[in-house]
Amino acid sequence: MFFKKWKRWFAMEAPAKPATDAVSRIAVTVNGRRRELELDRRTSLLDTLREHLRLTGTKKGCDHGQCGACTVLINGRRTNSCLTLAVMHDHDDVVTIEGLSAPLHPLQAAFIARDAFQCGYCTPGQICSAIGMLSEVKAGWPSHATADVSSDLVALTDAEIRERMSGNVCRCAAYPNIVAAIRDVVGGASR
Amino acid sequence: MKPFTYERVTDLRAAGAAASRAGAKFVSGGTNLLDLMKLEIEQPMHLVDISRLPLKQIEDLPNGGIRIGAQAANSDVAADHRVRARYPVLSEALLSGASGQLRNKASIGGNLLQRTRCSYFYDTAAQCNKRTPGTDCAAVQGVNRIHAILGASDACIATHPSDMAVAMSALEAQIELLEPNQSTRRVAIDDFYCPPGSTPHIETTLRPGEMITSVVLPPPPPGRQRYRKVRDRASYEFALVSVAVIVARDGETITTARVSLGAVAYKPWRSIEAEAALKGRPATLSTYQAAADAAMRSAVGRGHNDFKIELAKRTLCRTLADAAQTSTGRQL
Repeated sequence: MFFKKWKRWFAMEAPAKPATDAVSRIAVTVNGRRRELELDRRTSLLDTLREHLRLTGTKKGCDHGQCGACTVLINGRRTNSCLTLAVMHDHDDVVTIEGLSAPLHPLQAAFIARDAFQCGYCTPGQICSAIGMLSEVKAGWPSHATADVSSDLVALTDAEIRERMSGNVCRCAAYPNIVAAIRDVVGGASR
Repeated sequence: MKPFTYERVTDLRAAGAAASRAGAKFVSGGTNLLDLMKLEIEQPMHLVDISRLPLKQIEDLPNGGIRIGAQAANSDVAADHRVRARYPVLSEALLSGASGQLRNKASIGGNLLQRTRCSYFYDTAAQCNKRTPGTDCAAVQGVNRIHAILGASDACIATHPSDMAVAMSALEAQIELLEPNQSTRRVAIDDFYCPPGSTPHIETTLRPGEMITSVVLPPPPPGRQRYRKVRDRASYEFALVSVAVIVARDGETITTARVSLGAVAYKPWRSIEAEAALKGRPATLSTYQAAADAAMRSAVGRGHNDFKIELAKRTLCRTLADAAQTSTGRQL
């Protein structure tokens, strides 16, 4: 009986009351694995991944949401991990470049085949962003490059790929090969 | 970043109570607030996370309008079929802003409340009446290429950076607000932002602890809708000038028009003057030019941004011509 009570107590989620110290406890699923963390609540999700979970595949470029190097998938959606706090993602599902299908995700293979990088620093963000972008296209979302936003049909032209990937900057300017790699994965001729 | 306490609320009453605490600030997507907290321009003592409030839905209203929950993501609103079909100007404006990643995170309420991108506001070594009231405005005598040409004061020439709000202004959106005591009110988007005057740190008519719960769009007005944004890069950049127009024609005559401009003032700038210059006039270039002149009649350049006056006129003419093309495109 005592055991049951204890079990229930442990299973309970901590009440969402403000803590008085500088630390917050969170539980977040990263690449399919549940992680429990005690963090200074100022910690960005990016720093949490890199410094606390040692998942250094996700890169810190500008740390201000301007370059996209920190892009990860949160609950399936591409997001800049530098511009959000880990504490805001209690019980969320995060996928980083390390969590893609082994040994290589089709986009990773295409980036290698197309030489879609030079230094490679932006690449994990580019690939996570492209995964999120392709599911947005699959859901029929329009973009700034879509001539008629009221139309249900999204033709993934090269102009569409470039516009939809504009949140990921590549200072080596590997853009033509990045577009080609994404084109390889979605199929269809370049247009 | 300064330390703060953090609280996630899941109902509106708790949000109201949390907002009453000293130094409290709401956070939703956080894409602008966290950036400013890193720079210590924003220093909330208590962060109230409202991102999980049940305010994400988009609902049809009996009058043919639509209510958009303040916690809906920019990307979800831009992709919503009702918005795309009946308010394409809003979808176009949202899609022209930020990046796919940011639009997934940024909320509708947060978009309305985002701060200016004036470089002197961001530079904590520079004087800024908005950031530190009573200092000075470094932009007036500084590099003011991106700054306001309408509605500014000598104390502040910052612009509101939102694209979305420009479309909402043309659509005559109403902003629904909830006070901590749970009383509600509605404010027209045109009355939501305060002119800078001598108090540019007071940006909106929001009361202490008040929260945006939703944005209500009236039924779409007749006519074709169009949003055009002019900027230094083709994508992922703030506007130098943007224009939202809705133009209805009967034969060769413009029957009604709505005109709002972005990146020219402290708020999305509805131009009643341009609308009056269009109504009942023939759909010709000279009419559009007269409307553009009317829209810019009280515009003042500050040196580096003088070009914006001519750019705004040309952008407006071009967008009006696009929207008035009834032979192609959709007539709502």
